[in-house]
Amino acid sequence: MNTPTLRAGPPALEITGVRKAYGSVQALNGLDFDIRQGEFFGLLGPNGAGKSTLISIISGLIRADEGHVRVLGHDTVTDWRAARRTLGVVPQELVFDPFFKVVDLLRIQAGYYGCGREVWPWIDEMLERLELGNKRTAMMRSLSGGMKRRVLIAQALVHKPPVVILDEPTAGVDVELRRTLWRFMRDLHAKGTTVVLTTHYLEEAQEMCERIAIVDKGRLRIVETTEGLLNRHPFRFLTLKLADGAAMPAHLAELVTSVKGDALELKLDRERHPIASVFAGLKAAGIEIADVSTREPDLEDIFVELTAKPAPGVVS
Amino acid sequence: MSPNQLGFYTLLKKEVMRFWSVLAQTVTAPVLTALLYLLVFAQALQGRVVTGYDGISYTQFLLPGLVMMTVLQNAFANTSSSLAQSKVNGNIVFLLMAPIGPVEMFLAYVGAALVRALLVALAMLAVAGPLVGLPIANPFALLAMFLLAGSALAVLGIIAGIVSTKFDHLAAFSNFIITPLSFLSGVFYSVHSLPPIWFTASHLNPFFYMIDGFRYGFFGHADVSIWLSLGWTAGFFVLMAVICLWMLFTGYKLRK
Ligand SMILES: Nc1ncnc2c1ncn2[C@@H]1O[C@H](COP(=O)(O)OP(=O)(O)OP(=O)(O)O)[C@@H](O)[C@H]1O
Ligand SMILES: [Mg+2]
Repeated sequence: MNTPTLRAGPPALEITGVRKAYGSVQALNGLDFDIRQGEFFGLLGPNGAGKSTLISIISGLIRADEGHVRVLGHDTVTDWRAARRTLGVVPQELVFDPFFKVVDLLRIQAGYYGCGREVWPWIDEMLERLELGNKRTAMMRSLSGGMKRRVLIAQALVHKPPVVILDEPTAGVDVELRRTLWRFMRDLHAKGTTVVLTTHYLEEAQEMCERIAIVDKGRLRIVETTEGLLNRHPFRFLTLKLADGAAMPAHLAELVTSVKGDALELKLDRERHPIASVFAGLKAAGIEIADVSTREPDLEDIFVELTAKPAPGVVS
Repeated sequence: MSPNQLGFYTLLKKEVMRFWSVLAQTVTAPVLTALLYLLVFAQALQGRVVTGYDGISYTQFLLPGLVMMTVLQNAFANTSSSLAQSKVNGNIVFLLMAPIGPVEMFLAYVGAALVRALLVALAMLAVAGPLVGLPIANPFALLAMFLLAGSALAVLGIIAGIVSTKFDHLAAFSNFIITPLSFLSGVFYSVHSLPPIWFTASHLNPFFYMIDGFRYGFFGHADVSIWLSLGWTAGFFVLMAVICLWMLFTGYKLRK
């Protein structure tokens, strides 16, 4: 994980006061944040959080009710041509034109962006790198889902955009291909491209992204460096198996967050509940420990904490 | 800001490639259908219908109208089906995300539709023209009528493609607007042979003027003045273009 890169000039993406409603559903409820040039940025949130809606607004596919977005300083509405030239977007849906060959489709897409033969070698390079070399002249409709996904990625990059947004590029993709895509995204980023990634695989976001925004119900919950996010919660997890199936003493039972078989997971505040105090408590109650392990919090714990649904009856 | 010329040209080329790859469906089939009409109607009605044109046989009278009708239907079909298809498939996003403006999109779709319409018209005239013995009185009128009428229907096709969210809607456009208007336009008869009420109704049908003006190009005279036909056709084109460009500029139904 690299530290965020600082570069002069406008932010790669500037999202200001963006709201969008679909009928009575408020998909985006006033989003404000920037993504810096050269960042590898994670946009996370549960299903229906509004991630794809935001991406559609950035790419000009839908219009925001309020607020605006700038891509490298270009407003997506008033300066749409420059904004769109600067941006490459891989949509979440597996959409494609079934009537064209892979290479023709990519050359057509390049043409839409005003790029001619000069990018054909780049298109061939991408096909090789995405392991599509032998599908170059295959018809789109004859490709498997994973292959179509890779064509979609190449399609977003034909014009070598400085800002790339990938909406769940690794959804439904096998382990090997996922590694290929990770390598590909890392290389893009290393060459200076700003990469924005949405994913539901939190270990992927933790591994790849320098900074992360978590969106929920159309609102920004947090935007923070991945490291900062992980250090934010002074928790650690302790898993215990008690000998002879003994019960947890009452004052420790309230720290148990999950039970798997006879393994109990306790969530401990580093300050208030040092591990030693748990051991002491058990000893005092005369309970023997059969097995023990600890785990540092990962992004998933933080994600769950930030996006947890309030208990029924609780007004939030 | 400078327009995206290569973007326009690429979209035009792609739209041409789209129908070119299924030429049997998009050109051969409509040409054959129209030629069958010519054969059947000419056999059945030759000598029985008064064309109202001196020295012009019914078959000669029929051919220009059939060519124009086929032009109109295919110009409409090309834009409307292409747009509807990419909307249903979802791949229209690749066009909407690209730096291609409303005018470039408009011109590219209309241009490709005109290429298909021209192919259809030339194929029909090449096959049937020599057999029927068709004069060409005014090539400028022919060209002007072809371009204006073909463009108008291509633009109507874009509008239909934008408005339709299902192929059913498109079929409705075709069945309830395009087909009735083209059959009630005097392709198969001179409107002078109609009862007064239908005669009046025909004169409110823009397709009537498109066909009548096109016929003028071949014979040098027609049911109404060429200027009236040009005026109606140009007026209809402008009306369609204004509606269509308004839709493209505002993102009506394309960018929610
Ligand atoms: N075209 C639409 N019409 C109506 N409602 C929509 C439309 N698109 C999205 N929504 C609603 O907007 C909200 C946000 O949806 P969005 O697709 O942006 O979520 P997301 O964060 O991308 O979710 P996921 O992780 O499932 O992809 C949801 O409540 C969704 O039902
Ligand atoms: Mg989504």
